[in-house]
Amino acid sequence: MIAFLSINAQWVLFSTMILGMASGMIGTLAYWKRQSLMSDALSHAALPGVVIAFAILGVKNLSLMIGGAVISALLGALLIQWIRSSSRVKEDTAMGMILSVFFGLGIMLLTIVNRTAGGNQSGLDAFIFGQAASMIRTDLYMMLFLAFLVILVVFIGFKEWKLYLFDPEFAKGLGLSTRWMDNLYLGVLVLVIVIGIQAVGVILMSALLIIPAVSARYWTHSFKWMIMLSAFFGGASGMFGTLISTLGKGWPTGPFIVVSSSALFIISLLFGAQKGLLIKAVQFQMQKKELTQSWSANAVLKEGE
Amino acid sequence: MGYTAWILLTASLVGLSCGLIGVFLILRKMAMMADAISHTVLLGIVMAFLVTRELSGGHMLIGAIMAGLLTALLVQWFHSLGVQQDASIGVVFTTLFAVGVILISTKVGNAHLDVKHALMGEITFVPWNLVSLPWIGEIPEATFILSLVLAIVLLSILIFYKEWKITSFDPALAASLGIPVVLMHYLFMSLVSITTVAAFDAVGAIMVVAMLITPAAAAYMWTDRLSVMLLLSGTFGVFSAFVGYYVAVWLDTSISASMAFATGLVFMISFLCSPKHGLLAKYIRPFMVPSE
Repeated sequence: MIAFLSINAQWVLFSTMILGMASGMIGTLAYWKRQSLMSDALSHAALPGVVIAFAILGVKNLSLMIGGAVISALLGALLIQWIRSSSRVKEDTAMGMILSVFFGLGIMLLTIVNRTAGGNQSGLDAFIFGQAASMIRTDLYMMLFLAFLVILVVFIGFKEWKLYLFDPEFAKGLGLSTRWMDNLYLGVLVLVIVIGIQAVGVILMSALLIIPAVSARYWTHSFKWMIMLSAFFGGASGMFGTLISTLGKGWPTGPFIVVSSSALFIISLLFGAQKGLLIKAVQFQMQKKELTQSWSANAVLKEGE
Repeated sequence: MGYTAWILLTASLVGLSCGLIGVFLILRKMAMMADAISHTVLLGIVMAFLVTRELSGGHMLIGAIMAGLLTALLVQWFHSLGVQQDASIGVVFTTLFAVGVILISTKVGNAHLDVKHALMGEITFVPWNLVSLPWIGEIPEATFILSLVLAIVLLSILIFYKEWKITSFDPALAASLGIPVVLMHYLFMSLVSITTVAAFDAVGAIMVVAMLITPAAAAYMWTDRLSVMLLLSGTFGVFSAFVGYYVAVWLDTSISASMAFATGLVFMISFLCSPKHGLLAKYIRPFMVPSE
């Protein structure tokens, strides 16, 4: 099937796959940091930056837009942190506010830019739901480079990540700077979100971070395998989603990628080897059988007394 | 009534009903649940449209309540299966929202429902979609539905005021007093859903989160009393609606988006300047002479 696609489509397919892998890995980190919804807030918060970068330049330039998105997502993260730490508003409220207010600002600016920039705005709407097919080759190279960078950061610091997530006290004792790791974590999280936005869109980007990690959790208890599996699920859903969206004209990529990953999630939920519903049901039956056997054995013994 | 007056009235109704519901959302620490429901309501509306082939308020309300309850149930179910609470919210709403968007862009496309409308709302078209009622005459449908929802919300807050208060602050105490906590939870989820869907037409899926959470969070900075917080939150909601409208007219941009932005400004001011819990007060207080 892949052979039928044009060269460009093959490139797009490859990039969304790598993007899915990178976000699956970072999603696992976010899952264990219990910050799954943070990615949702940050991806919405990136919108104003994208639009402002576009407005300044007047044309679509991916590197500048990525820069804008990074700045506005980081600003959102800082504000969430600030509101949470210096007032009595809880973290989830702060996230909800930043998410919606930044998105509102983004839409405000987008409406103005759309009105003034004339016909050149078509690429900008793609940022809301993702339009991977509309990406040009240089954008793809850039996206691939950044995605590989993220994957590399996770691989090289694997041991440090593990310590940081599961035993921060011990990590501190070993001389690992928590502050530095916090910053690095935020950095890779924002980077993945930002490069994913063009393919998946600001609204659904968080799904690509959350769903593969949750699915992987059903198969394994090992952190290493969870990262691998999550990367695999993410990559597979990126690929399937993009393939399906090429079947129709003007179909957005993002929702199809999300639905593919949800399909993988449902399969994991049912058949997962560690916590899947099927395996749990089987274990339950076996335990029940064992118990009834031991009970009936006890009963026989008692009668024999 | 003129065009501007209708828009302002509709926007104020959105601000008021969202502000009231938002107070309980914050106190029950369910802000992200509001985000989830506001997204999944889209699926409910699309399903209602696919079944009935018309965009009528009644069907949309029923579809939205079902979608909202489905979201709450699924999140609860996944959580009971060992998925972290916020991860399970993330899985459920993104999936249901994606299905909604796919249905719109493949099946419904170019009908009366499109994705942009769903995201940003079309408050500018509200005054043209009229229904005629006995005694009152012709009023915009969205305004009528919003007034209805506001009445329902007000009524359920007034009737169950004590119950809401106890279940929000101390669920364990509420359960021991014999208040049906689970029932109240799902009743509350239904209220969130109908408020969201009524506001949906006017402000869209994501801006409704701003209208729900932000005025309530701002009110939370000023007071410790539930009744005062409800009043303040409603006032902030209406105030943001007005400010948002005039800013949008001035800049010629999306009304719903600038309403969302205005709520952010209101929160920022409260966050900095509130005498009770504000940031400046915290710095100034140590230098003040104690009053006694």
